[in-house]
Amino acid sequence: MSEHILLPEGSLEKETTTLNLGPTHPATHGVFQNILELDGERIMKATSTVGYIHRAFEKIAERRPLYQITPLTDRLNYCSSPLNNMGWHLTCEKLLGVSTPKRVDYLRIIIMELARISDHLICNSIVGVDSGAYSGFLYLMQFRELIYEIYEEVCGSRLTTNIGRIGGFERNFTNTAFEKLEKFLDDKHGYPAQLKEFENLFTRNRIFMERTIGCGPISAERAMNYGFTGPNLRAAGVDYDVRVHTPYSSYQDFEFSIPVGSTGDCYDRFLVRNEEMWQSLSIIKQAYKKVQEFKGAEAEVYHADTPAYYLPPKSDVYTKMEALIYHFKIVMGEIEMPAGEVYNAIEGANGELGYYLISDGGRTPYRLHFRRPCFIYYQAYPELIQGGMLSDAVITMSSLNLIAGELDA
Amino acid sequence: MQLSNDTIQQKLTEKFGDQLTDWQEPYGMLTFTAPKDLNLKVLQFLFDDETLRFRFLTDLQAVHYPDSKGAELAVVYHLHNFTDNVRIRFKVFTSIDTPEVFSATALYQGANWMERETYDFFGINFIGHPNLKRVLNVDEMDYFPLRKEFPLEDQTRVDKDDEMFGR
Repeated sequence: MSEHILLPEGSLEKETTTLNLGPTHPATHGVFQNILELDGERIMKATSTVGYIHRAFEKIAERRPLYQITPLTDRLNYCSSPLNNMGWHLTCEKLLGVSTPKRVDYLRIIIMELARISDHLICNSIVGVDSGAYSGFLYLMQFRELIYEIYEEVCGSRLTTNIGRIGGFERNFTNTAFEKLEKFLDDKHGYPAQLKEFENLFTRNRIFMERTIGCGPISAERAMNYGFTGPNLRAAGVDYDVRVHTPYSSYQDFEFSIPVGSTGDCYDRFLVRNEEMWQSLSIIKQAYKKVQEFKGAEAEVYHADTPAYYLPPKSDVYTKMEALIYHFKIVMGEIEMPAGEVYNAIEGANGELGYYLISDGGRTPYRLHFRRPCFIYYQAYPELIQGGMLSDAVITMSSLNLIAGELDA
Repeated sequence: MQLSNDTIQQKLTEKFGDQLTDWQEPYGMLTFTAPKDLNLKVLQFLFDDETLRFRFLTDLQAVHYPDSKGAELAVVYHLHNFTDNVRIRFKVFTSIDTPEVFSATALYQGANWMERETYDFFGINFIGHPNLKRVLNVDEMDYFPLRKEFPLEDQTRVDKDDEMFGR
């Protein structure tokens, strides 16, 4: 591209066209603006602007007791809010020194992996939509609905879930929840069959391959330098996964593999996400099997014994003095947490989702910072699309799995 | 051989002597404080050293401690060694009157927006940053909202019109 000489800035005649991709462009799937300098259809320069839906969560969190921060985390990556919720609960539990029963861990893993599937499903089918293949999206979307129904059965809401509590879940999983889970896992009519069909449509589809191979690539070294994590880093060939590196919520009890790519382009990211969905399905199956093995009183455990942080059952509040006191203190946000600083990370759907929590011993965090993977890797976007075609920029953006809510906090 | 916190501390102390202070291990993560003009040297040493190999910048943010005079703002770095799977954290304190810290962008591209975000919310001026502008807030903003001098509304305040707000 060295033969294109740009005129100095401010010149009346420009050789390039300036194009605003966003903030509300149907192809950006979220509110972010990219100011592109185009030479024909080739991108010479891109400048990203973010912050359109910044909601000051870190500031708001400084006035809220721990359990009221969970709804804030919902609104980070809203395609997989249960993952954010669980990450937050795990952070609180680390600070408070709460250890959860195995059954809670396994139930959490079921929910977390369902959330990962629902996130990857959206991302991959949207890559299809942006490359002109709409039907894959429709095939998979019905199963996101089923996942949402499972959430609804567990916590009562679908998108911004606020699922779980510090120490476990707000209530035990109902039989309907497990029935729906079985329906989801069913090899013949459930998600595996549909995902297989989705892969048949895309993975070796020549049009799709030519569209995505070599589009928006990044080397492993650059990706690490940019702070990439999650599927995007793994597609570049670095096998870093928090679930394996620092297992949380009993991930060490499960057999699964971490898919890696090599070129870090859109096609590799697509393949890595697809394979991760298979791995998640396998983890869910294992976890469900383990959950079924609990018998008797153990099969009823759905939260840890942490009376100071876990709301007591209503019947106890009316009959037991202690339960009433805890109920009052929790609801009024009068529980003091131990002083300390803790960084806890989980493998979110986009990458390492970190919570840096500083407590000075008060009722609310002194400082809370979310390490939002999206925000950190999005800064590589101009470099990824520079020199490529405009239509490749759109696919690159969707295959990075950018979620505006997470980007802007 | 697994890289232990003691080894890291020993290595760093050999290199920087007693300039690094306040060694702690909250929840197992080695934490220390470096003087603010040394932050880049520490980062570079942690990056280059063949046994330490902290080559991934996980996170960078700031904290405001209004009560510690002369060192009100802390910039906190979280680094990760993927090979040995060790994380460390180190802090650099700076006064709020001259909140100037060297930028890590030359070493880590990813620090670019993290530092912009930190500037945006705390007003820390990262020297050597290629494009230190606000990233999430509007450009016209003339204050730094995450500093503690901007408290959120007190939930128990009574001066509001109760009829209107139902408190």
